[in-house]
Amino acid sequence: MTAATETSSSVRIVRDSGRHEQRRRAARRPLVGSAVLLLGAVYCLVPVLWVLVASTKSNSELFTTLTFLPGTGLLQNISDLFSYGGGLFGLWAWNSLIFAGFGAVLSTLISTMAGYALAKFQFPGRQVWFYAILAGVLLPGITLAIPQYLLMSKIGLAGSYWSVLLPCLISPFGIFLARVYASSAIPSETMEAARIDGAGDVRIFTSVALPMMVPGMVTIFLLQFVGIWNNFLLPFIMLSDESKYPLTVGLYTLLSKGSGTPSLYSLAIIGAAVSIIPLIIMMLVLQRYWRLDLVSGGLKG
Amino acid sequence: MTVDVRTQTPRLRRSKPARRWAVPYAFLTPAGVLFVVFLAIPILYALYLSFRAMKVTGGGPFGVREETWAGFENYIATFTDSEFLAGFGRLAIYGVIAVPVTLGLALLFALLLDLPRVRAARFSRVAIFIPYAVPGVIASLLWGFLYLPSTSPLNWVLNNLGIPDVEVLTGGALFPAVANIAIWGGVGFNMIIIYTSLRGIPNEMHEAARIDGASEWDIALRIKIPLVAPALVLTGLFSLIGTLQVYGEPMTLRPMTNEISQTWVPLMKIYRDAFARDDLSLAAASSVVLALGTLVVSIVLLRITQKQAFGEGQ
Repeated sequence: MTAATETSSSVRIVRDSGRHEQRRRAARRPLVGSAVLLLGAVYCLVPVLWVLVASTKSNSELFTTLTFLPGTGLLQNISDLFSYGGGLFGLWAWNSLIFAGFGAVLSTLISTMAGYALAKFQFPGRQVWFYAILAGVLLPGITLAIPQYLLMSKIGLAGSYWSVLLPCLISPFGIFLARVYASSAIPSETMEAARIDGAGDVRIFTSVALPMMVPGMVTIFLLQFVGIWNNFLLPFIMLSDESKYPLTVGLYTLLSKGSGTPSLYSLAIIGAAVSIIPLIIMMLVLQRYWRLDLVSGGLKG
Repeated sequence: MTVDVRTQTPRLRRSKPARRWAVPYAFLTPAGVLFVVFLAIPILYALYLSFRAMKVTGGGPFGVREETWAGFENYIATFTDSEFLAGFGRLAIYGVIAVPVTLGLALLFALLLDLPRVRAARFSRVAIFIPYAVPGVIASLLWGFLYLPSTSPLNWVLNNLGIPDVEVLTGGALFPAVANIAIWGGVGFNMIIIYTSLRGIPNEMHEAARIDGASEWDIALRIKIPLVAPALVLTGLFSLIGTLQVYGEPMTLRPMTNEISQTWVPLMKIYRDAFARDDLSLAAASSVVLALGTLVVSIVLLRITQKQAFGEGQ
């Protein structure tokens, strides 16, 4: 690796400067560093805190009272939100959960199987598959949404749950990550040993490979879950029935209607607050399962 | 890992080598089918559509619309459409702000998190990662309200100081305002990717430098940044791809400002052509241009940085 040589030369350069002064600076620096980090944290939290505070305000309070002062309309807002359009918001939340949940579970399994095949087997066409998947990673999936819609409407699926769910199942990036993880986590000797012991290929996959790939699978699942949950253009194009919308599209329609009727503003705000809370909680709870070194580790090959 | 041998019958074992070649294909089948149906076929279909056109023959109320070959007509229309080109221009301004700032902040925060004895690291790491969980559309909604003069906390402060409202969503401030939403949403994820690859650097490397009296600044600049360069390339690549597909953010901000037109970025124009104007061929040609553009930009970036970012081989 070139890095090793680079390191030794840089060490030689810094050796000449005064050791004592360097020590002192090194000990002092983290305070500035902490301050900068806290600034970053404030920047990232302010909009979230604002929406939580604003969601407690009634419509009139929203435009009149101090922005970071809680209002008195929280319960009214919540009941307005869940009664809007005969319970549309609840449906949107449910739809988001279905799309993201099923989509992420299935695409994780599909990606894992494909990644395992690409990493642990030599077969004709392997290179072609790899480059096809790489092209898929680099291609903005969103530019395919319109042809996907046209094909879906040809087979009569446009507007259905399937039209959003099915295109989410193929994740070139998920396959790529699964391949990276499988090639580092599953020793070929273990597979060979299982084979000599007489295990079939399905059995080697389910009892040898899968357990070893779990940490990678969790990461792929979380990436896919957040990706599908946050997706806007695909459901926006595919769906026309308000009751099938996920949260993103539902809240967007709420806001664009709100430009005419400001009373919908407070609905959009409470809707935004309610819909980000579960995902933030999920991230906080599951954060130790995120193996994002997988994403950067893919570069070392 | 132990495997129960008793369940395998000798007969099964003998028949296995014969169909061994089929095993990887079987594992690839679900992904392969979906890849063909939802990626390959739509790409080919978009290409096909982009060379077709609807021509009205006959004229008057009884004119018949029929599909014909159009050659490169749609591509010529795409490249001579001033709105589409202007959309790319706006995208470029937006990207020039969003991509470097996102990566710069992500790298800065990651390096700070990696400092020894730094305070509040855990809290900051989680806080900065939180916006990743907020969908772009909802992030735009939040920031939109923070920008809106009637609800903006900034204006509240300014008004109390006797300074008039600052209009964020008009004039020159619009681009930084839209880019800020992407930066806010992207810094945390990129920070974590860079941070995890910083953690992967063997400790002895900085220890040796530290014993030799290197400052943390020197260590960051000369050891850490060169070693995480591949992660920077990857995050840069994803930020760039993300920039080219920006859609939800300006769409959500549209009700709040008059400055965002229906065709503000290329994808918005593609959407309008396809659904509001029913000109699928033109939309398909524009999609192909956008997709190819993204691919070219990605490959150029990978070439320039000379990193085998997705290193195949092994």
